[in-house]
Amino acid sequence: MKTLVTLTVNGEERSLAVEGYRSLLDTLREEAGLTGTKKGCDVGDCGACTVIVDGEPVNACLMLAVEAAGRDVRTVEGMQAGPDALHPLQEAFMEHGASQCGFCTPGILLMAQSLLERNPDPSDEEIRFGLSGNICRCTGYTKIFDAIRTAARRMAAPPADASGLEAAE
Amino acid sequence: MRRFEYHEPGTLAEASDLLTGLGEGTFLLAGGTDLLVEIRERLRRVHHLVNIKRITDLDAVTLDGEGLRFGALVTAGTLERHPEVARLYPNLWAGLRSLGSIQVRNRATVVGNICRASPSADTIPPLVADGAEIETWAPNGGRRIALADFFTGPGRSVLAPGEIATGIRVPPPATGSGRAYIKHGRRRAMELATVGVAVSLETADGRCTAARIALGAVGPTVLRAPGAEAILTGSRLEAGIVAAAAEQAMLECTPISNVRSSANYRRDMVGVLTRRAVTLALEAAA
Ligand code: FES
Ligand code: FES
Repeated sequence: MKTLVTLTVNGEERSLAVEGYRSLLDTLREEAGLTGTKKGCDVGDCGACTVIVDGEPVNACLMLAVEAAGRDVRTVEGMQAGPDALHPLQEAFMEHGASQCGFCTPGILLMAQSLLERNPDPSDEEIRFGLSGNICRCTGYTKIFDAIRTAARRMAAPPADASGLEAAE
Repeated sequence: MRRFEYHEPGTLAEASDLLTGLGEGTFLLAGGTDLLVEIRERLRRVHHLVNIKRITDLDAVTLDGEGLRFGALVTAGTLERHPEVARLYPNLWAGLRSLGSIQVRNRATVVGNICRASPSADTIPPLVADGAEIETWAPNGGRRIALADFFTGPGRSVLAPGEIATGIRVPPPATGSGRAYIKHGRRRAMELATVGVAVSLETADGRCTAARIALGAVGPTVLRAPGAEAILTGSRLEAGIVAAAAEQAMLECTPISNVRSSANYRRDMVGVLTRRAVTLALEAAA
């Protein structure tokens, strides 16, 4: 039996008809058409499916869609401020080559965003701890950590003028 | 995912009726981080899921003169971020922090981790060593059960059909008490314990007045080590006494060999970790 589930996805209210046994991950990808959220393992091990629910990162594969009723869900598609404006984390990931095959990237970007919201100036150890639930098979993580440090620096810099931003590098 | 019927009761009575009325293959869903995996990997045949998240009053955390109490819907992440939990119960905090990942902890409930009754669950040894109790609801009245007496085997507990665990109570840390939990695994993140040792000590005037040792992943349930506790109790916790207690704990555990470790290695680690955990607990008590 399908239930109509109303939730907010990236600031937009959506009503989706779902079966009680469907995961939030499958529902986002197949019903909401948001394929940015990836399915790596489907059992909570890899972090590729990370989304932010009511401000907290969770594995979308370990949550039923019906449980998201009335909640606020953010996916990687919601990170950009506009169609041409990338999030500073996305910019930094591109510059550092922190994404290779890209499969882990949406989950890692959201995890990094959530980390920086809580802790704008994380230590290396805190970055590692923050990403300990996300697996990347390609990059060896070093470039990911570099990108997060760069983005953290830029996000902390006052948004004054562009030259100030360069000087902060 | 394999199909099941989904239910969302509004009260404990309704949830309990569903559990007993729907018959075999009916399970409670709290966090779901184990249950949904077991369904997907076909380790558990589930026909009905009874989600208890809409039931009110199961998500409270209170910390006062009575100690710590948290309801069945409190996630590991919520407790982990509670600053007083980290300060007063560093043993439980260490267990919480090594459970799954940040994402998993934001869904996983501590009571769920306990009711799953895995001998390697990270939250159980510190709570057993601290003398925690589990509270239940049942149609004919709930009860409080010492957590040390709750488990009857891997995945099994004394919960009766239709009885629902509603929360955990942990006594307040006494003056002169100290506690520690040490988990040993092959890697630091996303790992099940190969061995976990929790020690809670009470001391007065340089003497140990009470000791509780809980050993994880070295028996069918989390085990106490009463012989080792007796060696510590009444002593001044000199190095020789601590070493003797660690040896005794090695004799009291009943590890098996499996993919994560051999039985012999587990037993050796019980000795090492018991010694370290007693030392850490003693430092904290000072
Ligand atoms: S797909 Fe959810 S954690 Fe791997
Ligand atoms: S870029 Fe391929 S898995 Fe991370």
